[in-house]
Amino acid sequence: MKRRKERIDRGIKARSEDIFALSSYREMFYLLVPRAIPVVGLLGVAPFLSPYWKEVFISTAVYALLAISWDLLISAGLVSLGQSLFYGIGSYVAGALNYYWGWSPLFTIPVATLVGGVLCTVMLLPVLRLRGIYFAMVTLVLPLMLMRLVEATRILGGTEGLTGLTPFPNPVTSFYIIQIALLIALFGFRRIIDSDYGLVIRGINDNDRSVMSAGINIYWYKTQILFLGASVGSFAGAFGTHVDMFAGMPGFALDYSLLPVASAVVGGMGTFAGPMIGAFILVPLSEVLRALGALRIVFYGLFLVVFIVALPEGIFPYMQRKYHQFERWVEIE
Amino acid sequence: MNDLIPLLKTSGVSKSFGGVLAVASVSFELKEGELLGIIGPNGSGKTTLVNLVTGFVKPNSGRIEYRGKNITGWAPYKIVSLGIARTFQMVRPFYQLPAFKNLIVPLYSPRVKKLAGGKYGDRDAVALDLLEEVGFERDAHVSYKVAGSLPQGYLKRLELAKSMALRPDLVILDELFSGLSLAEVASIVPIIEKLRFQGKAIIMIEHRLKELFRIADRVMVLNYGKKIAEGSGKEVMEDKAVKNAYLGSETE
Ligand SMILES: Nc1ncnc2c1ncn2[C@@H]1O[C@H](COP(=O)(O)OP(=O)(O)O)[C@@H](O)[C@H]1O
Ligand SMILES: [Mg+2]
Repeated sequence: MKRRKERIDRGIKARSEDIFALSSYREMFYLLVPRAIPVVGLLGVAPFLSPYWKEVFISTAVYALLAISWDLLISAGLVSLGQSLFYGIGSYVAGALNYYWGWSPLFTIPVATLVGGVLCTVMLLPVLRLRGIYFAMVTLVLPLMLMRLVEATRILGGTEGLTGLTPFPNPVTSFYIIQIALLIALFGFRRIIDSDYGLVIRGINDNDRSVMSAGINIYWYKTQILFLGASVGSFAGAFGTHVDMFAGMPGFALDYSLLPVASAVVGGMGTFAGPMIGAFILVPLSEVLRALGALRIVFYGLFLVVFIVALPEGIFPYMQRKYHQFERWVEIE
Repeated sequence: MNDLIPLLKTSGVSKSFGGVLAVASVSFELKEGELLGIIGPNGSGKTTLVNLVTGFVKPNSGRIEYRGKNITGWAPYKIVSLGIARTFQMVRPFYQLPAFKNLIVPLYSPRVKKLAGGKYGDRDAVALDLLEEVGFERDAHVSYKVAGSLPQGYLKRLELAKSMALRPDLVILDELFSGLSLAEVASIVPIIEKLRFQGKAIIMIEHRLKELFRIADRVMVLNYGKKIAEGSGKEVMEDKAVKNAYLGSETE
């Protein structure tokens, strides 16, 4: 009796038969499990984390939000090297509202999310027509310019920043706020990009002239996506500001720009879940490596290279493929 | 509509790229429901003229009117919303998407929404119907195949379907037949005739002169960006300037 390996793609069956998929519990289970993992993973771990790791988890989620925002922009062909612009603006808007007028985080965060989104969109509007690397360069430079502007003009607390801001009532509240925001962004963005609207967005990235000839104003759509991405980034900044009880020049730091890009590359671009997974590997890794002192960045770099060489498609697309395809031994003759 | 005002009218449009004058002061008119052929050697400015009319390229001088309205320099999406659709000489599908999903993008346009009375309706169903109209066999499930896996013949039909999805009044087909076999051309001609029957005006850029002359009302010849002749297929081919232009070039 001979045996050979048979490869089955469950995904195609379950996905292509939409409605019918739900007719069997097994297939429903199969579709639900991957969606339940992030929910349980983000919300269920809280009681098991030490206060220190809870903090790490919070800052990881902030980076994950920035990474998801980055991924949304890239889906419309907008390469951002300046996620710190969104973070910094959100942080200053929330910080200023709290510092000068004493607004509670309950109001500063939603307002900073919207106002930050609008401000960043307006700032980038003139370069929205630039493609690829040109847009990227502007996003890279803008936050660094704003940082120097704050320093030179001494507005918004200058180099000292705005200190003594209202914190969240307790770490548990902030923990759940950020994890729930992350889940909303993750599932929301995935839903948007899978819709017909998302098809148009991806089309712009793929082949913008074809979308233009289809009677669609691609700059208006790019503006919408930019606003959405910038708002999510500004939310992260506003949230982070109240966690740190501080808004200042570090909000425009390069870390907030580069880590999201690295997370997206490691995790798998264009999937939203990938960049999130990437952030949940890279940020804690950087904490663990802290013990190594000066060598930290060397090992960090090594890890990055190993990830990218071993899984160039990204962690999430790899996992997704393996989940959908499974192999089994079958007997022949 | 008003018969006195032409559907499309260009007056002395010119466009140069660097030092090259791609389109040199071209004027022409197109009536409602008319089929105009544009021919000319490679590099004579045919595609550039299409790009000028559809807003992908802005003219250096001249004027373009659609139904008497000056549309010179308008953005492509606004021109489409008036009812002008085009195909690209180089097919531009979304390669990773199934063929029918390619049509979702034009079906999402404001023009389609407006014509449908504010509702988009079931885009997937409309897309599948459109593909069937341009000859995608429904039983063979070709419409569900990824565009990247389709042969050139289907990609050209897909390109045509994308322009038809916009429910245009004027369709501009840029070398739709090039790269296709005689049999494939023969199968697409009836689709174009059907579009005419629906009253749409058509501009066809073609190298297949025999097929073009059979269906065109009128033909215009470009050479080095200039209009050198205009008339019926027979008339222009007897024109001295046209003969020289075609003898002087390597193609055809
Ligand atoms: N975007 C462009 N940039 C520079 N030159 C161009 C561009 N488009 C067309 N041309 C030039 O304009 C001339 C006309 O080209 P085209 O309109 O494509 O001719 P045709 O479609 O008749 O073959 C050619 O010399 C071509 O090289
Ligand atoms: Mg051409």
